[in-house]
Amino acid sequence: MEFLLLLGTPVAGALLLGVFGARRWAPELNALFSLVTFAAACALTVRIVAHGNVLVAHEQFFIDPFNVFLVTLTAFVGFTTALFSRPYMRVEMTHGRLSPGRLRLYHAMYQLFTFTMLLALTTNNIGLLWVAMEGATLSTVLLVTLYRTPASLEAGWKYFILCGVGIAQALFGTILIYFAAEKVVGGEGVTALLWTHLDAVKTLLEPRVMSIAFVFLLVGYGTKVGLAPLHNWLPDAHAEGPTPISAVLSGLLLNVALYAVVRCKVLVEGSLGSQLPSTMLMGFGLVSVVLAALFLWRQRDIKRLFAYSSVEHMGIITFAFGMGGPVANFAALLHMTVHSLTKSAIFFTVGHAAQKAGSQLMDQIRGLITLSPTIGWGLMLGSLAIVGMPPFGVFAAEFLILTTAMKQQPWATPILLLALGVAFAAVFGRVQPMVFGETTAKRLPHPPALLPVFVHLAIVLMLGLFVPPYLAGWYRQAAIMIGGH
Amino acid sequence: MVHVPLLLQLVNTCAAGLLLLSFAMLSQRRVVTLVYLLATQGALLCLATLLLAWRTHQHHLYISAALTLGLKVMFLPWLLHRLIRRLDVYWDTEPLLNTSVTMLLGLVIVVFAFGLAQPIAALSSTAARSTIGIAIAVILLAFMMMITRRKAMSQVIGFLSMENGLFFGAMSATYGMPMVVELGVALDVLVAMLVLGVFFFQIREQFDSLDLHHLESLKEKP
Amino acid sequence: MSPLNLTTQALEIIAAIAAAPLFVGWVNQCRAWLQNRSAPSVLQPYRGIRKLFHKDAVLAERASPLFRIAPYMVFGAMVLAAAIIPSMGTRLPLTVAADSIALVGLLATARMFMSLAAMDVGTAFGTLGARREMMVGFLAEPALLMVIFVAALISQTTSLAAIAEHLSSQTLALYPSLAFTAVAFTLVLLAENARIPVDNPATHLELTMIHEAMLLEYSARHLALMEWAAALKLFNYVCIGVALFVPWGVATESQGPLGLLVSVPVLALKLCGAGAGLAVIETVSAKLRVFRAPELMATAFLFAVLGLLVHLLLGA
Repeated sequence: MEFLLLLGTPVAGALLLGVFGARRWAPELNALFSLVTFAAACALTVRIVAHGNVLVAHEQFFIDPFNVFLVTLTAFVGFTTALFSRPYMRVEMTHGRLSPGRLRLYHAMYQLFTFTMLLALTTNNIGLLWVAMEGATLSTVLLVTLYRTPASLEAGWKYFILCGVGIAQALFGTILIYFAAEKVVGGEGVTALLWTHLDAVKTLLEPRVMSIAFVFLLVGYGTKVGLAPLHNWLPDAHAEGPTPISAVLSGLLLNVALYAVVRCKVLVEGSLGSQLPSTMLMGFGLVSVVLAALFLWRQRDIKRLFAYSSVEHMGIITFAFGMGGPVANFAALLHMTVHSLTKSAIFFTVGHAAQKAGSQLMDQIRGLITLSPTIGWGLMLGSLAIVGMPPFGVFAAEFLILTTAMKQQPWATPILLLALGVAFAAVFGRVQPMVFGETTAKRLPHPPALLPVFVHLAIVLMLGLFVPPYLAGWYRQAAIMIGGH
Repeated sequence: MVHVPLLLQLVNTCAAGLLLLSFAMLSQRRVVTLVYLLATQGALLCLATLLLAWRTHQHHLYISAALTLGLKVMFLPWLLHRLIRRLDVYWDTEPLLNTSVTMLLGLVIVVFAFGLAQPIAALSSTAARSTIGIAIAVILLAFMMMITRRKAMSQVIGFLSMENGLFFGAMSATYGMPMVVELGVALDVLVAMLVLGVFFFQIREQFDSLDLHHLESLKEKP
Repeated sequence: MSPLNLTTQALEIIAAIAAAPLFVGWVNQCRAWLQNRSAPSVLQPYRGIRKLFHKDAVLAERASPLFRIAPYMVFGAMVLAAAIIPSMGTRLPLTVAADSIALVGLLATARMFMSLAAMDVGTAFGTLGARREMMVGFLAEPALLMVIFVAALISQTTSLAAIAEHLSSQTLALYPSLAFTAVAFTLVLLAENARIPVDNPATHLELTMIHEAMLLEYSARHLALMEWAAALKLFNYVCIGVALFVPWGVATESQGPLGLLVSVPVLALKLCGAGAGLAVIETVSAKLRVFRAPELMATAFLFAVLGLLVHLLLGA
């Protein structure tokens, strides 16, 4: 029931907003649908906590501790972003950057995007997972080009082509897994794509095929995670689309893509019994961290800056999943949560700041704190959180990852530390003059929605100081499930 | 030499034709001809699916053959044609890199693809397993076409050709994916094309051309 | 070495030498029909050759002995090639002397002598023709070898006679690889025999010509031999094509004298068809610029290699 509500609400929302999306009250309607989705997610969580894993609709969908927390996170950030986009899109309308038709498109696609992500997270069928991931690309590609500027069209094209090609590789990987599974699971092949069945027989799957499949899957979904060197689309799409979309792309889509990679990794590792998938994940992760840290220095556009920061954090998380083991997986899951919350909070403040300054160039954003203390402090605290300052949750997660790395992969620790240091200096050096200093910005016609920012940051702070026991237990369960060695 | 039944010989011939069409696409300059080639590729794919369905009595293959026919042979080429007319790029050609070099690179890719397919084909028990290599080659050649082309239209055709290759790969390795997934994939391709149609108009409106040279401003500035 | 085999061998050589000009005449006639011209007699090439034999030879002052030997070498190479191509029967005593790779070498020898002779006198045209001939040949040869490799792989032997025998005795099967190589072979045939679209056999003194440019300094019996050799070359190529791609009807060991008897009219029929096909190709296509010829040859090579790959993968 909760489950039907979870997937049904966004679809209904997309249909309804596809018709009424340009009305005056459409942003509220959008937020309302997201709220219902979130409520459904919460109810589902409660049920999972009480009754354990759930399989629905001929086993096509299943919920376990690993995806239920991502579902909740997705629904939550989806809801807060809808709240944020309410004044943000109104301001954009007032500034004349959007027409009512495009607003309708935006609202409908926003709900559709939420649906595809929830579908990707909850499906048990790795074929449907692929379909949902492709759907997520398709629903956001027109949102990236919402402003129809040359740069946004280019970003959208890049996003479409790179992710399209990437996801085609993932389809081939999926076909290969199906091929390997069909031999073992047998039957009419209907169950040969169900993850739970595959997981049960993973040691029997043909290792050679599975290793080829993993290469394709990693490259395919890795493109969507934004792993270097396949990250080219990411900064462009983040910078040129509307800010709420940047927030959900960074905060949610990357997580979901990484979720897909991890699900596949579990299968492949079980089949191979070797370190190959782990090593590949660690390699891609490390390259992403280092490359993103270096690119952070060259950014002038504030949204690009934080987009590269997302690449960096995805790299760290991928690296942690690559190391594997209960502690590293725990840290990776924690990091996924706090990164998603922090990064979306940052994009909220960045969105308002850019609207106030009338530019996304960091040189032209100055003195936020005098103009609007809440935006200024929000950006400052968010940046402190994202670069890994204690006592925020990112610090806790990174600390765990680094200590595990020291134990398991000592060679990687200095590289990681150095990259984190470089990223810290780059982000902090840019944000500091934007927050403090002389201002030129103007007032906005609609008051900004800053509640989401501080709620997100408060949760991140809390997670840094204290992880509630049931949440910790949940993470631990998930961490063990996705491969304690 | 092992005797191969006639139906499978026909499937193999279709596979060889697919490969040949991939090369033809790689060397084709005119956009409209590319659409014809794509439609032909779709038709061959449909034929191969039908033959396999007939031979193996897998009923869902008939459905996917129908799907291929409707989507890849009729609807998408029709849509592309319409787009070409509406966007007025009927006579568009594009300069290619050195054709001979491209072809030789293509050959290297085919050899690579065949190498990659060896372990998969060795394990497969389907009747058409020997064509897996060709499917991979078609995918990689389409990929190469996407890299070497500068026109939005040709890149999209490369993308669709890649989809054809994937479909053929799924068919020859495992007699196609389960129906849910196949429908989902078809839906995604369809939506992707519609989105792209909108996209083309947006690009045209902004740049007066579908040349992707215009889309090269977003780069990491030193 | 049975008398039947010896007869086949002798008959093949004689038929090749005798019928080569006739084949050229036939192609010319077909072409004329297709182009709505009144056709010359099929015997016209014989008349040309006879006329040339009656004339006195004129040699350039600086011509070395090589220039005089070349026509005999070229003609000899072509006759030898004709001897090992299984056009009528596959049990030829001479096939043990050379397999298909040696056959390609034999054709290359002829080309080399021809090019050397063309450069020997030192005129601009001769050198130009020789250079172009070498360019085309150097690109066409790998493609031809690839074509032969595919057939050799299918029948597990490089002897052309054995290949033809193996292919003709197969149950009918679809060979995509052979279809690809047939296209490649046709392109090579057109290029090697100076046909449209690579060269135009009907013109002289055109800046784009290849074959005729090399013969400009020749006269009388030397020229006659050269032209005869060119006709033989075309005949040989067509026979190679027939042996590789439509070998049915060729006389094999088991069939005895009857096989040979049948194979002669069958060959004549195939040659008629091939000549008509050639004329059609030459009529519908336009001559390429010389510098586009490498592209054509690259395409031929591509087809041949594709055929090879397809064979390796599909086993067909």
